Amino acid sequence: MSTNGGARRVREMVIKEFRQVRRNRGLLRVIFVAPVMQLILFGYAVSTDVRGTATFVVDHDRSRDSRDLIEAFTASGYFRLAGGSERSRDLVRALDHGRATVGLEIPAGYSRALRGGDEARVQVLLDGTNSNTATIVRSYAERIVQQQSARATGAEESPAVDLRARAWFNPDLASRNYNVPAVIGAIMFLVCLLLTSLAVVREREIGTLEQLMVSPLTGRELIAGKAIPFAIIGLVDLAIVTAAALLWFGVPFRGSPPLLLAAGVLYLISGLGIGLLVSTVSNTQQEAFMAALLVFMPTILLSGFMFPVSSMPAVFQWITLLNPMRHFLVIVRGIFLKGIGLDVLWPQFLALFAMGVGLLGLASARFRMTAR
Amino acid sequence: MSPKPAVRIERLSKSFGAFRAVEDVSFEVHPGEVFGFLGPNGAGKTTTIKILAGLLRPTSGRGEVAGFDVMRETREIKRRIGYMSQLFSLYADLTVEENISFFAGLYGVASERRAARRDWVLSMAGLGEHRRRLTGELSLGWKQRLALGCAVLHEPPILFLDEPTSGVDPISRRNFWDLIYSLADAGTTVFVTTHYMEEAEYCNRLALMNRGRLIALDTPAGLRAAHREPILEGRENRLEMVEPSLEDVFISLVRDAGGARED
Repeated sequence: MSTNGGARRVREMVIKEFRQVRRNRGLLRVIFVAPVMQLILFGYAVSTDVRGTATFVVDHDRSRDSRDLIEAFTASGYFRLAGGSERSRDLVRALDHGRATVGLEIPAGYSRALRGGDEARVQVLLDGTNSNTATIVRSYAERIVQQQSARATGAEESPAVDLRARAWFNPDLASRNYNVPAVIGAIMFLVCLLLTSLAVVREREIGTLEQLMVSPLTGRELIAGKAIPFAIIGLVDLAIVTAAALLWFGVPFRGSPPLLLAAGVLYLISGLGIGLLVSTVSNTQQEAFMAALLVFMPTILLSGFMFPVSSMPAVFQWITLLNPMRHFLVIVRGIFLKGIGLDVLWPQFLALFAMGVGLLGLASARFRMTAR
Repeated sequence: MSPKPAVRIERLSKSFGAFRAVEDVSFEVHPGEVFGFLGPNGAGKTTTIKILAGLLRPTSGRGEVAGFDVMRETREIKRRIGYMSQLFSLYADLTVEENISFFAGLYGVASERRAARRDWVLSMAGLGEHRRRLTGELSLGWKQRLALGCAVLHEPPILFLDEPTSGVDPISRRNFWDLIYSLADAGTTVFVTTHYMEEAEYCNRLALMNRGRLIALDTPAGLRAAHREPILEGRENRLEMVEPSLEDVFISLVRDAGGARED
């Protein structure tokens, strides 16, 4: 019988799936509430901006210049005074105990050296445990110290090269603008992966899968019947989370919404494909859950979500090319922040398309309606 | 000339690695008969039924269901059979009506027939008043009748039932068999596995499996008659031939065939 019968069977599956989702209150929360909460949580937590770093100050100089320097540190907003003392030992202890991340020690004679045109030295001690933060803080501190010395000596002589850096697309260099769109990608992937794999494995557990397998439903129809409802749910999530990102965090959206939707569809197909693959190797919902998490972790780590792909070793950079999330993140960040279109993003679209088709194909090939 | 058999298998075998679940089994099931499939646990009943229903591919041998090959034409077979397993398998989180409508759609019941088939299932399962209840809330007997109803929504000529009544109380079981009989009267071939000897009595013919092999195939009366044993009877101590119960026949046949498999 025809494709017509097939379309009808897929439709029945989709209707059934939505009825089941509608009755499952826990699942409804996972689908509609959890993503928004995650977005808000991640939006605040995943921030690489360094502000208000706890700073411990030891001022041996006790001059107007040294006080100006300290004032310049705190006024920048990057540093927050966490304590002060006259003994260097206290500074070390504050760093050891984690009460401060930065120690600023101004030696006696700082002011004299500054005014006298000698080299004025200031010591900045950094807690390098978190190397990212330390690097950023160091550059802030260097800049402030240099500005202060320039101002004190009144040296307005222009340097040989005047470097003026301007950040495009994200002029405030706010890490939230960069991270929130990426969080959307991570949430959609998790929802899709988990819901699909659990939905299939649940049927295996309760025995309805066998009932489907003795019916005229083909493997491909079953895959479609499972993929379509969760793709729709994933797209609704995309809309909700995007709206929340714009309204709550005020993240700029410069690109084309239809393009984002198209990217979302392609991306979801990959997520669904992986979820279905997970379901073919899992017999219980617990197994599926574990497998899904095992897939999710490396997917996140190798996506450029937290660590830029460009700073990974070459081999891993190659591996990331097989990661749908990596491509989607390039697309969402590009659409949100740069407003770029298909003329630039077509390689990512092509990669997502190829992976989605490949993964879904692999899943339906593995999903046999007749066991060997 | 007899009509084409509903099920025919020839030298069918199925191995899982070194384990021979079904070995060299051959038999025919006639159209319209209630065919009982008996045997201790691990005898290969479920494996055989799964091969016939297109869920498993046999390792060797031939099989035909409704005239279609179990190796190559499982799709054609799946359209023409109903299947209900010991694992009760309807959706607990759908209502009675939603389950019916889902399976009707899946089996391609024509839209103009759907309402009539739904009403038929509701009345045969006695669920008319409960059509909007969640299936998970129903008693086991009701669930089983609903499962049977859903398995025959598309009016299949052949129905496979794998221990359909396990765990059900005697009254529900009797009701269930009344339904099986009415289906058989209407021409459906019923292929049923069971553990209950009184259910075996209801069958037209019985196949007895042990250790993956077919060890007997006859009518219940024929099986009993073949195992009549002389027993000293009455005051005169005359030898009388006494018919054993089916259970006795079953036990002695399995014992002669080397005993049941210990799992």
